[in-house]
Amino acid sequence: MDFQTLVFFFLSAILIFAALRVITARNPVHAALHLILAFFTCGGIWALMQAEFLAIAIILVYVGAVMVLFLFVVMMLDINMDRIRQGFWNYLPLGALLGLLMILEMGLVLGSKYFQVPAAEAAVPAGISNTKAIGALMFSEYVYPFELASLILLVGMIAAIVLTYRGSKNSKYTNPNQQVFVKAKDRVRVLQMPVEKD
Amino acid sequence: MLTLTLSHFLILGAMLFAISVVGIFLNRKNLLVLLMAIELMLLAVNMNFVAFSHYLQDLSGQIFVFFILTVAAAESAIGLAILIVLFRNLKSIHVDDLGSLKG
Repeated sequence: MDFQTLVFFFLSAILIFAALRVITARNPVHAALHLILAFFTCGGIWALMQAEFLAIAIILVYVGAVMVLFLFVVMMLDINMDRIRQGFWNYLPLGALLGLLMILEMGLVLGSKYFQVPAAEAAVPAGISNTKAIGALMFSEYVYPFELASLILLVGMIAAIVLTYRGSKNSKYTNPNQQVFVKAKDRVRVLQMPVEKD
Repeated sequence: MLTLTLSHFLILGAMLFAISVVGIFLNRKNLLVLLMAIELMLLAVNMNFVAFSHYLQDLSGQIFVFFILTVAAAESAIGLAILIVLFRNLKSIHVDDLGSLKG
């Protein structure tokens, strides 16, 4: 067993453990923290497959942004955990059966000799980093999907803001409807005052 | 000598996917952990993409993972925003309380 295989099995064990803790943790904060561990370990496994750019990207995007969002939301919500945990283990037999069946089916297919691809050399020629190769491909062949991805992010951002925005409490906005129908007498009051004489 | 093959990574991805399916069964009352299980599923799929990309020497798989990351980030942002609006209206994220669209 060479060093690479050893690292793979070590990281996989951590990844499986973290995934199991995500779905069984009693406290949602613990689930979120274990999800961070899972993403981090996954980044390590991808680095093992010479996908350095994605390994860094998943740590920046997921650990840095998405999981912080999750943790914020977990801490903002005041969840009644006792009620949510009621009957938690009721579905374990069905779920575990289904999960084992899925692993068995996929393992049978994937472990067969038709899926054995010989270990490849690096996907990029020597002297060019993975990041450089991905960048060259992304900005030439995949430039329109790249633009579309930015559009999706924009839509997601606007949707999240629109959904959660409750309006400012003390904004001095004008109602155009009332502005149009305003009359002179609404604005100017003519007072009758006696003239003062010295 | 045991060396890493494509199947190692694919079976790891399959196990992750199955764990998150079981998680959806177990946490079917807690919307927050349901969202986390969906993130875990996307991670399993990404693992398969990267493994195929490495073993078939095709970088397109890694570009796809990049796009999946983008979509997943947007999805979780919108999902969490919906969750917050839901919590403001119902004061709970219990799935059984979400029956107002039922006829």
